[in-house]
Amino acid sequence: MPFALRHLAKSVSVAALCAAAPFAALAAGEVTFIQPVEPTGLDPTQDSPVAAGQVTWQNVFEGLVTIDRNAEIQPQLAESWEISEDGLTYTFHLRDGVTYHNGAAFDANVAKFSFDKLLGPDSTNGQKALYAAVTSVDVVDDSTLTMTLSAPNSDLLYWLGFPAAVIVEPTSAATNATAPVGTGPFKVDEWRMGDRVIMSAFDGYWGGRPALDTVTARFIADPQAQVAALRSGQANVIAELGAPELFAQFTSDANFTAHAGAGEMEVVAGMNNARPPFDDARVRQALMMSIDRSALVEVVTSGLGTPIGAHFSPASPFYEDLTGVYTYDPEGAKALLAEAGYGDGFTFTFTVPNRTYAQRSAEIMQAFFQQVGVTANIEIADFPSAWVTQVMTGRDFDMTIIGHAEPLDINIYARHPYYFNYEDANFDATIAAISAATTPEARAEGYQAAQEIIASTVPALFLYSNPKLGVWSAGLEGVWENGPVPSNDMTDVRWAE
Amino acid sequence: MPRLHRAVRQVLGLILVLAISSFVIFALIEAAPGDAATIMLGMNAAPDTLAALRAELGLDQPFMTRYLGWLTGVLQGNLGNSYIYQTPVADLIGERLKVTVPLAVLATAMSLVIALPLGVWAANRPGGAVDNLASLYSQIGIAVPNFWVGLLLILGVALGLGLFSSGGFPGWGAGFWPAINALILPAVALAIPQSAVLTRVTRSSVIEVVNEDFVRTARAKGLSRARALWRHAVPNALLPIITMLGLQIPFLISGAVLVENVFTLPGLGTLAYQSLSQRDLIVVQNVILLFALIVLVANTVVDALYAVIDPRLKGRL
Repeated sequence: MPFALRHLAKSVSVAALCAAAPFAALAAGEVTFIQPVEPTGLDPTQDSPVAAGQVTWQNVFEGLVTIDRNAEIQPQLAESWEISEDGLTYTFHLRDGVTYHNGAAFDANVAKFSFDKLLGPDSTNGQKALYAAVTSVDVVDDSTLTMTLSAPNSDLLYWLGFPAAVIVEPTSAATNATAPVGTGPFKVDEWRMGDRVIMSAFDGYWGGRPALDTVTARFIADPQAQVAALRSGQANVIAELGAPELFAQFTSDANFTAHAGAGEMEVVAGMNNARPPFDDARVRQALMMSIDRSALVEVVTSGLGTPIGAHFSPASPFYEDLTGVYTYDPEGAKALLAEAGYGDGFTFTFTVPNRTYAQRSAEIMQAFFQQVGVTANIEIADFPSAWVTQVMTGRDFDMTIIGHAEPLDINIYARHPYYFNYEDANFDATIAAISAATTPEARAEGYQAAQEIIASTVPALFLYSNPKLGVWSAGLEGVWENGPVPSNDMTDVRWAE
Repeated sequence: MPRLHRAVRQVLGLILVLAISSFVIFALIEAAPGDAATIMLGMNAAPDTLAALRAELGLDQPFMTRYLGWLTGVLQGNLGNSYIYQTPVADLIGERLKVTVPLAVLATAMSLVIALPLGVWAANRPGGAVDNLASLYSQIGIAVPNFWVGLLLILGVALGLGLFSSGGFPGWGAGFWPAINALILPAVALAIPQSAVLTRVTRSSVIEVVNEDFVRTARAKGLSRARALWRHAVPNALLPIITMLGLQIPFLISGAVLVENVFTLPGLGTLAYQSLSQRDLIVVQNVILLFALIVLVANTVVDALYAVIDPRLKGRL
């Protein structure tokens, strides 16, 4: 823009800002939230569980239990439950008087239908494996349901609170992807594909009518465009701002509430543990020592992320700070590489998904690796399509980098096959012990032990946990500040009087 | 019947090009890694779940079966169902056209409103102040990418001045003005590069005609310079301008992909971009086929318009 024009624009814009409220705010009783990824369908039991859940989980669909904003399990469609001594039978006492948006009633038969669909051979539920321990689901009476397990699974209740386990109803189950029918506080009025989902309060909600009349989910991938929509009053909530460098402008702006909450996404650089030189733990440890995680966090997340030493984020109740196991020590790294027979360094291919955080991190890591004589050749892979095919399912890579957004997913290191190709009998036994744990203490101890094993054997370079950078209009109450589960729960959101 | 013969040949050629495009598009996307089922189920899906979804979507069928199935459907007016959205592709495209067509029309109207007067004015006095301004405008306009213009407009006009929408589309159901309001800045972003090219073409075309004998004759008969220009020179200079408008349609479409994304408009461009990244093969095929159809039809229409504008060309085509 030529100088004169810029000057003109500036004075006009100052005049516009002085004139009362230049942007029309949305009416009270309405909230529009922004999420970056549009779900491929609105049924969280089938489609891309994270994105679908972010729109419809809790707002439209509910489960037997739920995970609250403090990551704790709470009753929902089940009012209470008992677990047998041996941990093999779960008995759920279901809530009465619950109706679906289409008028159908919720009862034990509906719940059984929903679980049979999830566990059945034709299931297209991407999270089916989480519920594999359940061998049968039986109706005792209309308000009592039992689940029988093949082996104890201390995480089962937690997974039952997940989007993938919401209770769907037989007559609407097949069309939930486009016309979702749930028991939640909001019903879906319209899905304008590529743009937004419009929901309105459900008068028949068992928990009482929610405070908001209308909730709209808008899908905007570009962080600049997200900020523009928020600033112009077209949206009220950015649940997770994708560009940390844009966050600072909101922290001192009285029109907005900005909160850097704890997120569930751990960014890790997974290595192919079956391929030399990464099959040598000393090489992996040396690479961990070559990276200054604080510096990386400073550049990639504007200092808002938290360095981690294992596959848990501070948002988890089981988190233990293990960043001290391998601290930044380039000289020590060189010595360890020499011990492993790579005194002259080596060259490898770094397969990086085309996501900003991943590309930025990879470039910084490349420079750190260079300092200990290791050359990383960065190759960009289209995410998700190419990356999932090549790295995730093909396991054809040396090193990659990705954010793991699923909570409590440390068991991926015990999954065989999984893209790390990590084999550690001690670790597998620890994960098995967690499943079989019958007390909360034993479960917590197991998770600590598991973290410690991977922190020292380094199947992946543990980098940082991503903050959940939320920004919303001042005056809006009840928005989730932390992200223990992928959710944009609007049930308790309201405008201050 | 040479003319009918030519029309038939043109239509047959069009069908052939479309058929080839459809196969190339199908094969190219097929060659790219990843499929809709993998993307729908996320990273943790078990192999048997993936197989179940693939079977449900028909993705487990062989390449030629799916290609021919789609082609037969298209010929019967059935574009198939989107893998991802699980709705008919025709409905998806129809919805998106309600955004993209008004956007393209608005952008073209804007660019004509800018380019015609500016180009003619510049041609009127070559080397004058207006000519220099027009030349500067077309140089800048051609050089800057339209998505970047879009970003500047969002920052400067929508957020800075609080004028017009910064993005998103309220839908035509929200009323005429709110919908048009959302299209104005994206249309400007598309119109600036387009009008820059058109200004240049208009200028040179008018300059060429101004020196022709018939304009001189008109002047000699007592017409003012301006009237001679508008009455005699401009109509005769239209041919290259219309040709350029036709040539710009592909640029308008590819520009719309970027500009719609910048302004988060749910148009055909956004649909093409999203479907490609989600490997919603059937949507991509249909959208690109539609793009190909638009370009081919536009070229045919421009050819036909030649004859209307300049009767001398009638026999020669």
